Amino acid sequence: MTRAPFDSIVAQHGARVWRVCRALLGEHDADDAWSETFLAALEAYPRLAAGSNVEGWLVTIAHRKAIDVLRRSTRLRVGEVPDRPAPDASVPGRSRDLDLARALARLPQRQRETVVLHHLGGLPFAEVAAAVGGSADAARRASSDGVRRLRELLGGVDA
Amino acid sequence: MPDHLDDLAAALPQPRLDALRAELARRAAASDLLDVAYRTLETELGTLLLAATPAGLVSVTFDGDDPSATLERLAVALSPRVLEAPARLDAAAQGLERLIGGAARGFDGALDLSLAHGFGRQVIEQLQQIPYGQTRSYAEVAEAVGSPRAVRAVGTACRKNPLPIAIPCHRVVRSDGNLGQYAGGPEAKRILLGVEGSAA
Repeated sequence: MTRAPFDSIVAQHGARVWRVCRALLGEHDADDAWSETFLAALEAYPRLAAGSNVEGWLVTIAHRKAIDVLRRSTRLRVGEVPDRPAPDASVPGRSRDLDLARALARLPQRQRETVVLHHLGGLPFAEVAAAVGGSADAARRASSDGVRRLRELLGGVDA
Repeated sequence: MPDHLDDLAAALPQPRLDALRAELARRAAASDLLDVAYRTLETELGTLLLAATPAGLVSVTFDGDDPSATLERLAVALSPRVLEAPARLDAAAQGLERLIGGAARGFDGALDLSLAHGFGRQVIEQLQQIPYGQTRSYAEVAEAVGSPRAVRAVGTACRKNPLPIAIPCHRVVRSDGNLGQYAGGPEAKRILLGVEGSAA
């Protein structure tokens, strides 16, 4: 079994991992989580079982790293509610990104994580459940509640 | 909804991804996780692909325009922890440029010979003894490594030299004066010998 050079893994999955990080974090923190994700993946890569779903593996790491960054920055920014990180509302432009980030930030943490992991990260609910805890059914319900809420917040995004 | 969400999600512009990748390479090196660094180098001989381990320059190939096959080979032979890291190879790139341009007579950076094994390794080490500006025949090299009948095997070892230019396999030519084969093509070999003043 040949193992692809790690560089090609970064090229192939870098954008998706960043989307996952960005959906859970502000812009600057997303960069940090992206780096932490690929650094951790680089360390573990030679031991990754052959035939593994590399993208799912990376998305799972990205989720963990994003939560770590979230905890760190929450400790730093006194008074911020843990499950509602403030997206960088000060950054002008890219209004659609910002809309989604703002709307996601208003979801309860569990809904936000399940929506991001399933819809942006492409993980099946069994793997979403493994990442956030609880059953696959519970993860599916949280995600679907989250999507419903997002639709209200974004106003007019069709299913 | 999935498609719409994905459309709405922040896209990562290419320059930003490039910057993140550069930062990753820097942090990987600092954490001793960059086992194989690579970069390309435009030269008169074509676009080279250079790769280095922490021990030194480990591979020079002439396929910088389409490096994926070589990178896959290095990932298998050395380590899958392969990242583009030009800064790590700046000194090696300058050393090779000086050799190609005739500004240096030898490669003064560290070399990692771990891609050369057995007889090939013996031949490569022998090639390092051929002085600048001189040539040897395949037969002479075979004799020098103590296997005078292994002329063809010497040819193969030269062609498979993992570090051409830095290790002067271009200084080995055929006894009849013909330049013989070269991984970078006969024109590249002619240029290198011409720079050294020993053009056939």
